[in-house]
Amino acid sequence: MQAKPNPSDEVLLELQHVSMLFGKVTALSDVTLQIRKGEIHSVIGPNGAGKTVMMNCISGVYRPQKGEVRYKGKVINHLRPYERAKLGISRTFQKVEVFGGMTVLDNIRLGRHIHMKSGIVSGAVYVGKTAREEIEHRKFIEEEIIDLLEIEHIRNKPVGMLPYGLQKRVELGRALALEPELLILDEPLAGLNLEEVEDMARFILDVNEEKRWQVTCLLVEHDMGVVMDLSDRVFVLNFGNMIMDGTPAEVQSNPEVIKAYLGEEDLYATRA
Amino acid sequence: MQPEHDLSKPFDATTDITTDLTIPRLFYRQAKRFGAGRVAMREKEYGIWRPITWQDYLDNVKAIALGLIRLGLEPGDKVSMMGANRPEGLWAEMAALCAGGVGVWLFQDCLMEEVRYILDHSDTKFLFGEGQEEVDKALSIVSECPKLKKIIWDDPKGMRHYHQDILMSLEDLKALGRELDREKPELFEQLIQRGHGDDTALLFYTSGTTSLPKGALLSHHNMLSMGQSLMSVDPCFPTDDYVSYLPFAWIGEQMMSISCGLQIGYTLNFPESQETAQENIRDIGPHVMFAPPRMYEQMTRTVQVKYLDATWLKRTMYNLASRIGYHVADLKFQKKPIPPLWRFLAWFAYITVQKKLKDHLGLSRVRNAYTGGAAMGPDHFRFFHAMGVNLKQIYGQTEVAGISVVHRNGDIKFDTVGLPIPGTEIRITEEGEIITRSASVFKGYYKNPEATAKAIRDGWLHSDDKGFIDDDGHLVVFDRTKDVFTLRDGKLFSPQYLETRLKFSPYIKDSWVIGDKKAFITAVLCIDYAVVGIWADERKMNYTNYQELSQKPEVYDLIEKQIRQANKDLPEAARVYRFTNLYKEFDADDDELTRTRKLRRAFVEKRYKEILDALYSDVDTVHIDTTIKYEDGRQSHVITDMTIRTIR
Repeated sequence: MQAKPNPSDEVLLELQHVSMLFGKVTALSDVTLQIRKGEIHSVIGPNGAGKTVMMNCISGVYRPQKGEVRYKGKVINHLRPYERAKLGISRTFQKVEVFGGMTVLDNIRLGRHIHMKSGIVSGAVYVGKTAREEIEHRKFIEEEIIDLLEIEHIRNKPVGMLPYGLQKRVELGRALALEPELLILDEPLAGLNLEEVEDMARFILDVNEEKRWQVTCLLVEHDMGVVMDLSDRVFVLNFGNMIMDGTPAEVQSNPEVIKAYLGEEDLYATRA
Repeated sequence: MQPEHDLSKPFDATTDITTDLTIPRLFYRQAKRFGAGRVAMREKEYGIWRPITWQDYLDNVKAIALGLIRLGLEPGDKVSMMGANRPEGLWAEMAALCAGGVGVWLFQDCLMEEVRYILDHSDTKFLFGEGQEEVDKALSIVSECPKLKKIIWDDPKGMRHYHQDILMSLEDLKALGRELDREKPELFEQLIQRGHGDDTALLFYTSGTTSLPKGALLSHHNMLSMGQSLMSVDPCFPTDDYVSYLPFAWIGEQMMSISCGLQIGYTLNFPESQETAQENIRDIGPHVMFAPPRMYEQMTRTVQVKYLDATWLKRTMYNLASRIGYHVADLKFQKKPIPPLWRFLAWFAYITVQKKLKDHLGLSRVRNAYTGGAAMGPDHFRFFHAMGVNLKQIYGQTEVAGISVVHRNGDIKFDTVGLPIPGTEIRITEEGEIITRSASVFKGYYKNPEATAKAIRDGWLHSDDKGFIDDDGHLVVFDRTKDVFTLRDGKLFSPQYLETRLKFSPYIKDSWVIGDKKAFITAVLCIDYAVVGIWADERKMNYTNYQELSQKPEVYDLIEKQIRQANKDLPEAARVYRFTNLYKEFDADDDELTRTRKLRRAFVEKRYKEILDALYSDVDTVHIDTTIKYEDGRQSHVITDMTIRTIR
């Protein structure tokens, strides 16, 4: 893996003392986290550590009872998911949430929705402005997304008929169609075979590093090999508590992390 | 000093090609003739077919050629190309030729070792790779190829961290070329004026079923005369379309894209990606096609599999139409007139089924579809004729710059490969070997005078293929000399014939028939994982991988049924008596197949010796304990028992 330019110091997303409770179960307790612009920040932790809850707090599915979620310095606690999407936060899901009956292209187009300007009337007439706008969007999808993710061969196939690995790719494509500044990837590698993992890891790096994109990524992942390779920083969560936040090297050498996470040798276990 | 070639004269395809003509001169004249008004090639990119006119073609080639000159290309230097079929690849080849270099193509899926061997053996000075993958391969062997000066890439994807001095982007190279063009505007035409038709144009590495690749030297005249001869048999027109999707490292693709394409000026179409090729062929609907049998076998399989999934009504209609189709095709094969009733029925079959079917396969406009490079079974052959596709066998080899024998319209026999093309003499030696003499016979093997002396004797090219000429003057290719079997009744027998028969079953992807001088014939089969997989899913069978599925008793029953079908109407001694399903597919990366997917018999015989022994003893399983190497370098240990079944 080649070294990449240091991410800037500008903080894109910040969680301050965030706590989230479901009844008496504390899913997150007093979590503080900073994600700087341009970095890939991974969250690891055993099952039930609260990783997905954290993602949901950021994307707006849940609202934390305590603490603040700040995006570009502004508190966004009160914003709904679609409002956060407009700010440039986009996500994929642990279990793919695509529209199975729709084609790949339609699924990705859906991600462009918030960038559509034309109204209901001009949409109904569909000449001039709307048609031009649609051509622009299609161009973006083709040149930036389909080409990047190498899904030319399936663009007109219904997503439900595709293998899981490709569905994951389509979901990433839809998230990218939003042209996000922050991309939340909830276990993008789960259930993929080795080749698909390598592809997906490359896409994440591309999106993060390519001049065109430079998207800040927040990654939840179990595949330690990939996490350690890709991430600039790793955040370790256990039972809703932050254990540590540091570089991959620091995390790997931290005995507390090793103890808490998966048992001692498994931390380094990756796909054989 | 030879007289200047008149570059301003438009090329006339009807006059004989002399050795004065080189590929660059032809290219230049055609580009001037068609100019910006005609599309030379199209590439599907971002979902749209993007045209490239002859003017664009010329401009790009000019810039690249001059760029190479600026980097120090000397006449006769080797320029290698690696990557998918795309305009940039062809530009690079044409530019190398224009600059006086010699083109070498590598298969895109070549392993590191093969890349190293070819780059080193050919003394390659410049390498054009498509993108990151090719650049990675080249960089890892660059220290072992000291003659390599520059690696040029054109796809920027993933290349952001590559800053090695040996690398250069195609855009930068073109910029260098344009700069040189401004300094010396006459230079490009001067370059084109250089050279002679007998100079080497391409160095072509043959995949070789037996040994290390040999580099065949092909001259401009070899290529162009071959193209003209073929086009005189089956003329093409500048308005035709051709889809270029098979590797340029295969002589057949060079023949269609360069030898023929350049003379005629038809449009070359490049698919969006390897996976979309079939779909893109359908978009274009080419007028002419040339592919090895496996592509046609794949199409047949597609139809057969869709048939299995179709509704009752569709299946009935298909059965009816194909019965009509087969009958009409057989009449044509026998050169009998088609009675009016059958003409009507054929029309009915066409409008109800064949039209749609051909459209789906991208065959609706095909005037001539050629197949060659390996044996094609009569079942597949008849299948296409029954659909109304004018499929023709050809016979050729790299050493004659493409082909030497082809079927003529209305004179097609599915067990022959047809008549020699004009300018080609074919003879059979006393030993039964096919020998050829024509203007297209190659110049020799690079750095291999012994092999050259063996291949060309008194001007005749010795093919090492056995065959004979039948009563109609058609050439019948039997098999590679060493691959002909003697059966227990003393008769000669071609294993490929049986192998292709077996492969007509959609469930069998590859087959390997054994039985030279043995008491009976046996076969090792590779099931088609996708098709058998669907079949197994329908029966709710559990399996986790290829290996497990291939060994299921139900699958053996299925395969046995397929073999019985293939055995039908074969003489007793030529029937498959015992068979086994291999635990893996044959793979070119394991050296079991050549890059053009021909079985390397000697190699598999050595590798699967224990299976072979078991087939000819009275056991019914064979224990396998071996290591498989995956493409990404991982290894896995395989322990399995392969069932051997006897067909009674």
